[in-house]
Amino acid sequence: MIERDLVIVGGGPAGMAAAVSAHENGVKDILLLERDQFLGGILNQCIHTGFGLNYFKEILTGPEFADRFIKKIDDIKDIEVSLKSFVIKLNNNLEITYLKPGEMNEVKAKAVIMATGCRERTREMAHIAGTRPSGIFSAGLAQKLINVEGLLAGNEVVVVGSGDIGLIMARRMTLEGAKVKAVIEIQKQSKGLVRNIVQCLDDFGIPLYLSHKISRIYGQDRVNKVDVVKVDDKYNEIPGTKFEISCDTVLISAGLIPENELIEMAGVEIDRKTNTPVATDKNKTSIEGLFVCGNAFQIYDLVDSVARDSILAGKMAAEYLKDKK
Amino acid sequence: MLDIIIIGGGVVGTAIARELSRYRLKIALLEKEIEVAFGVSKSNSGIIHPGTQNKSGSLKGKLCVEGNTLIRKIASELGIDFQEVGQLIVAFNDEEVIRLKEIKVEGEKLGIKNMSIVDSAWLQENEPNLSKEVISALFIPSAGIISPYRMAYDLSENAAKNGVQIYTDNKVEKINVLEKRFEVITNKNKYQSRYVVNCAGLFADEISKMVGINDFVISPRKGQEFLLDKKRENITNHLIFPLPSKTSKGTLVIKTSDGNPMIGPTAEEIEDKHDLATDDNGLNEVLNSVKRLVPSINERDIIAYFAGLRPTSGSDFIIRHEDKVPGFVNVAGIQSPGLTAAPAIAVMVSDILKNNGLNLNKKLFFRRFRKKTVHLFKTDNAQMRKIIKKDSGYGDIVCRCEMVSKREIEEAIERGAKTLDGVKFRTRAQAGRCHGGFCTTRILKILSEKLNIPFVELTKRGGKSKIVVKERT
Ligand SMILES: Cc1cc2nc3c(=O)[nH]c(=O)nc-3n(C[C@H](O)[C@H](O)[C@H](O)COP(=O)(O)OP(=O)(O)OC[C@H]3O[C@@H](n4cnc5c(N)ncnc54)[C@H](O)[C@@H]3O)c2cc1C
Ligand SMILES: Cc1cc2nc3c(=O)[nH]c(=O)nc-3n(C[C@H](O)[C@H](O)[C@H](O)COP(=O)(O)OP(=O)(O)OC[C@H]3O[C@@H](n4cnc5c(N)ncnc54)[C@H](O)[C@@H]3O)c2cc1C
Repeated sequence: MIERDLVIVGGGPAGMAAAVSAHENGVKDILLLERDQFLGGILNQCIHTGFGLNYFKEILTGPEFADRFIKKIDDIKDIEVSLKSFVIKLNNNLEITYLKPGEMNEVKAKAVIMATGCRERTREMAHIAGTRPSGIFSAGLAQKLINVEGLLAGNEVVVVGSGDIGLIMARRMTLEGAKVKAVIEIQKQSKGLVRNIVQCLDDFGIPLYLSHKISRIYGQDRVNKVDVVKVDDKYNEIPGTKFEISCDTVLISAGLIPENELIEMAGVEIDRKTNTPVATDKNKTSIEGLFVCGNAFQIYDLVDSVARDSILAGKMAAEYLKDKK
Repeated sequence: MLDIIIIGGGVVGTAIARELSRYRLKIALLEKEIEVAFGVSKSNSGIIHPGTQNKSGSLKGKLCVEGNTLIRKIASELGIDFQEVGQLIVAFNDEEVIRLKEIKVEGEKLGIKNMSIVDSAWLQENEPNLSKEVISALFIPSAGIISPYRMAYDLSENAAKNGVQIYTDNKVEKINVLEKRFEVITNKNKYQSRYVVNCAGLFADEISKMVGINDFVISPRKGQEFLLDKKRENITNHLIFPLPSKTSKGTLVIKTSDGNPMIGPTAEEIEDKHDLATDDNGLNEVLNSVKRLVPSINERDIIAYFAGLRPTSGSDFIIRHEDKVPGFVNVAGIQSPGLTAAPAIAVMVSDILKNNGLNLNKKLFFRRFRKKTVHLFKTDNAQMRKIIKKDSGYGDIVCRCEMVSKREIEEAIERGAKTLDGVKFRTRAQAGRCHGGFCTTRILKILSEKLNIPFVELTKRGGKSKIVVKERT
């Protein structure tokens, strides 16, 4: 089995920032594994602005933010980037198995940083009753469809969840010609930035229903309507408040879940509520030499904070490797 | 003119098609959906029941026990994964232990072998996550699991290889009973045959009405099921059953052929044959029941829901030649354990046809075998290395949660998948914890490319279930 000093899994902003920082702190042998055919992670589909304000002191789009790091990585010979490389296994000895078109490889690392990002909560996890027709998308999928593939997910849309992704997608769908009929938020307040509520909803006259939830989705082949109902402080439906919205599309933007299945299989203790590693310190796990950063460690609102903490992770891994020698 | 028309491409129709394809006959199978196995056969528990809890003397009991045996041969011929995981029916008190013993005696009458009553020490050792309050269980080793939709796909593929014409997207709307033949009219075409076998699942009563037989109705009984994350694959080692109530086998902890544990099903008498909705009542009912069996089951591990409708008509299957309409065979009311019984039903139907004048001459070359489909998630490392080297597409992962490669998706399409659901059921891509959030776009591209269909025409499962409404040019 090939041995490497540091293997980083995930080439989003977290993995890239960690790689650059580990190198700056003296690590000379770094393998960065990314499943996709590009670096950049989820940023590649976030074509709106609002990235980099803290970190670069500039307003960038997602791909622009990613590009800054990709350029840095390109310039560093000690970082080997392997794209289309999907990690399928990690064990507590820090042995990693990954697949690539045409090959299956195993490496043993002295230290590992996991920067695998997050996934979106699904309709099932948000407990929305009803049928399962076409027309129910996670907001991120609808975002990828339109921003990367040029495909519009629907004509008449209801968005579930008023976090930033939900708000931004409400605007995005509107700009593409869809009618966004409502954004439904179960909490008393939106978790989204105020500027997003103004720029994404108010400017387009999209109603935001706070303390409401979709209680049922209807439709055989394609969604044709949803029931919306007001909820009390305990999220229970308030009788007599139900109303219908006809629509062909429901976008679910009900939160993000860190992707930590690989480290869980390796035996890292995981908090079942948040799906994050139970850790004594930032970026650490219960296995020595195994670090986790970015949205895999905790859900961050801003990519700038992801970069900041992932730089720390790179440094931690470098120090760990030094101590080991 | 055809010899036989089979109406319905569920597991029953495809099993019959494959069984009859041994003989020198002209056969067509008509299915209203865009792909086979989109009816009841796609949403069930996937259990190959041993046959207990059926009345001795019932058709269900007899065909279930026979099917449990026949399915092993079919699975090995067609390369379908069948795992004999065994079943435990558990008892919480002495009274229930007595009932276990009764079930054992009844089961032995049906011909079920090797059952034994096991004690808490055995359970501790072999099923450690089981509730400590369980004092004893009936262990039935012959219970197994299979992928129900893959079974139907593989049966249909093999039947087609042996000459059966499979016409999907063909809804039977009218049947004319003519002199010694039938004219079957669909939304697409007309077909003529000497025999008709009706296995239209939930709609078998409506098909039967078309030839004037209306002495039964099919009522749907809903079952909601909840799938857990694959990372909990080993939460149990066996299928866990409580003691049955009068209407159902109870809420179970199920192992599935794909690795994800499943909990359910409910049993709800409903009216609407299209009502596949799931709800919180179902979820809460199932969670409460299964936590009694396996307390560590956690709501947070649930990644998917679905509902299926059992096509019921009274308490038993209806499988008979309609003497008033010679040549017409009804296979109706195929509720649970219809999946298990399907291969035995197929043999029975073939006998019925023979007894009613059909000549069954064996083909010289019956293609008994089918090359096993590759599933990376079921492949060990050494094997995986080999196949990826041979065909690089197996190393190109499309679905990250369930580890499905580009090549597997292409193969699914080559074998008949036309829709997102068709790809999902065949490969598991989009069926995992992210529900296609990451891989749907890529699958759409592969579908569009391979089938040469524009994105806006692709569907989730045929009909009006289009996925995107506009492509920016
Ligand atoms: C749909 C969506 C929209 C978002 N929109 C915004 C926004 O508008 N503004 C904002 O500030 N933040 C947004 N975020 C938050 C965003 O995730 C973070 O700001 C940041 O991109 C997280 O960086 P990361 O590197 O931790 O994760 P990611 O960017 O998700 O990168 C993780 C990388 O790891 C790779 N990977 C995962 N598993 C494996 C494996 N097994 N093998 C190999 N590679 C693997 C993935 O392919 C991916 O490239 C959004 C998140 C999502 C999910
Ligand atoms: C929740 C649940 C759990 C179950 N669990 C198990 C289990 O663990 N083990 C077991 O053995 N059994 C189980 N069953 C039972 C099993 O699923 C069924 O008995 C079996 O799938 C029935 O198969 P079928 O081919 O008769 O029906 P279907 O799969 O419904 O096939 C009938 C086909 O006919 C087609 N059709 C209908 N009308 C027309 C028309 N007019 N023209 C053309 N085509 C038409 C339909 O589209 C459909 O594809 C379960 C059932 C449910 C609902």
